[in-house]
Amino acid sequence: MSRTDVLVDPDWVESHLNDPNVVLVEVDEDTAAYDKGHLQGAVKIDWKLDLQDQVRRDFVDKAQFEVLLSAKGIGNDDTVVLYGGNNNWFASYAFWYFKLYGHDSVKLLDGGRKRWELDSRPLTDEVPQRERTSYTAQEPDNDIRAFRDEVLAAIGATNLVDVRSPDEYSGRLLAPAHLPQEQAQRAGHIPTAKNIPWSKAANDDGTFRSDDELRELYSGAGVDLGRDTIAYCRIGERSAHTWFVLHELLGQPNVKNYDGSWTEYGSLVGVPIEKDA
Amino acid sequence: MCGAPVGGVPLTDFDVTKEAVIVGEVTRDGIPVGGAYVRLLDDSGEFTAEVVASATGGFRFFAAPGKWTLRALAPGGRGESIVAADRGAIAETRIEIAA
Repeated sequence: MSRTDVLVDPDWVESHLNDPNVVLVEVDEDTAAYDKGHLQGAVKIDWKLDLQDQVRRDFVDKAQFEVLLSAKGIGNDDTVVLYGGNNNWFASYAFWYFKLYGHDSVKLLDGGRKRWELDSRPLTDEVPQRERTSYTAQEPDNDIRAFRDEVLAAIGATNLVDVRSPDEYSGRLLAPAHLPQEQAQRAGHIPTAKNIPWSKAANDDGTFRSDDELRELYSGAGVDLGRDTIAYCRIGERSAHTWFVLHELLGQPNVKNYDGSWTEYGSLVGVPIEKDA
Repeated sequence: MCGAPVGGVPLTDFDVTKEAVIVGEVTRDGIPVGGAYVRLLDDSGEFTAEVVASATGGFRFFAAPGKWTLRALAPGGRGESIVAADRGAIAETRIEIAA
């Protein structure tokens, strides 16, 4: 696995806008962003409505994922290029999700929507009509997804990487600062977790830093890249960004994303929490 | 709340007594511009959050008490401002974009 297998730049995307085997997919936290303008031909996946079970706190299952991708007109052999706002947080989350269900060819647009806009590249409000497909998903690959018991077992044993901002890690904030802070769960972090904010892996324009810079970032912060790693944040989308860096860009084999993240861990009864503030 | 805040972002959908709010607007040559990427950096310069400014240049953050830097990126320019936030208060600021 290397960077060119999983990352494409805006020029590549512009030259593949009419490629029938490439499907552009926009995934945003602000699900209205797509409606205001998107890349030509891009379909929209709503991470909350399309990717989450609407009753239980969990993902859509294999059958529901198949229904979703079939309805979006995505085939098993298509190359899916994901992009979005928030420096690709939710696009990274969708990337991890597509990998969980075994999609073969999936890539991220480096810099996402932000770099595209900063370059003043074209956007359209035209919604494409794609022919329905008959998509077949694989059983979920839980080698890349961590659950709470594994996280508890990882304390003091394997790498835990908390990718939230320093203020969330220390307990001064409970959520990223574009969201209201009043929350039910306790503030702080999982003991022995290293705080390496996702943002250190990205440039200001949302593109990823170089492989050498990324390797130095994690090693320099005391993460032994030879050991298993679990990344977490608040709801699992920023940690999907870091999972992408470690697993896809740096090729580390044993990296899991804990999508329960702080909204689960910080609400558990009786678990250890460290707090600085 | 009387008098509209700068940038025109809503201030009625949360409990202001529990939040340290920063609101502002992005301008170019003093005129509001929409769609800039505005990020909030903590006292050590570390990224804390990022939003896209509204069509009228407005943005808001829910911060913690303390000093914060705001940095805006727009096609062909950027700008910064510094603001102090406090719980129960709404700090207002403006960011002027320059090449």
